[in-house]
Amino acid sequence: MSEPVTALGGASADNGIATLAEASLQGMISLRGDLTASAVKKAVTSASGAAMPEQGRVTAEGDRALCWMSPDELLLLCPYDAVGETLDRMHKALAKSHALAVNVSDARAMFRVSGARAREVMAKLSPVDLAPDQFTPGMFRRTRLAQVPAAFWMPEEEAFHIICFRSQAQYVFDVLTVAAQPGSSVGVYQE
Amino acid sequence: MLILSCPVCGVTAEETEFQGGGEAHLKRFGPGASEDDFESYLFMRENPREVHFERWRHAYGCGKWFHAARCTTTLEVFGTYAAQTTEPPKDLRDKISEKRPNWTWREFK
Repeated sequence: MSEPVTALGGASADNGIATLAEASLQGMISLRGDLTASAVKKAVTSASGAAMPEQGRVTAEGDRALCWMSPDELLLLCPYDAVGETLDRMHKALAKSHALAVNVSDARAMFRVSGARAREVMAKLSPVDLAPDQFTPGMFRRTRLAQVPAAFWMPEEEAFHIICFRSQAQYVFDVLTVAAQPGSSVGVYQE
Repeated sequence: MLILSCPVCGVTAEETEFQGGGEAHLKRFGPGASEDDFESYLFMRENPREVHFERWRHAYGCGKWFHAARCTTTLEVFGTYAAQTTEPPKDLRDKISEKRPNWTWREFK
């Protein structure tokens, strides 16, 4: 059995205006199906323990979370080691539904951007209104970071979690590093 | 810059998050159609000044297709609506008429 590793081996940088870090291994299960069907709702809420997220939002419960990706797609986050068992439970619960649940943990990379200027770093890279009253913890946004697709949310104030494709992890880390380089603060969200 | 609202996921974003899909409400003419119909289906496109209807895809977001009505001169977006339709909804056409009286676009007005 090969040893699982993250895309960049836990790269980090904290000499800039925000702290960047590649997250450790994160279990992710992608679910496609009719999100209004009660069997699908039940399968994901019981597998995650979190409530069904509303459009464009994320719900968390302990170390698990449910992210709303599109009207027919959810992303379930859970500990990396728990993916197999969680997926088995979901497959059993979804046996009679037209739905697809797949382990995508190793196809994605995850980053954390934190600090008082984290909003600024993200705003430099994505076409999203990140003003403190417009983008708040609990919201989940699929968009782009510079030239690649990414999704992010705020687990708490002054911190972002970013999910991107694993093959683009180096690119994402590099653009984040540039956006957070020392002295590059714009001060747009601070008085 | 165009600012579009995706009717599928409710996100409002500028055009770099989307991908244009060309003219809306095309009727397909395939095998068995006359050559004139096939030619117009394949090559003939509207190139209007002002009111225009287009298909767009929320490429970096939810990934879904939708329709948008916009003005080609001012980039004003009159509205967006679901992809699963063969014509612009009545309320949107009325809204456009208020802002651009006497507009016509292909068979719609």
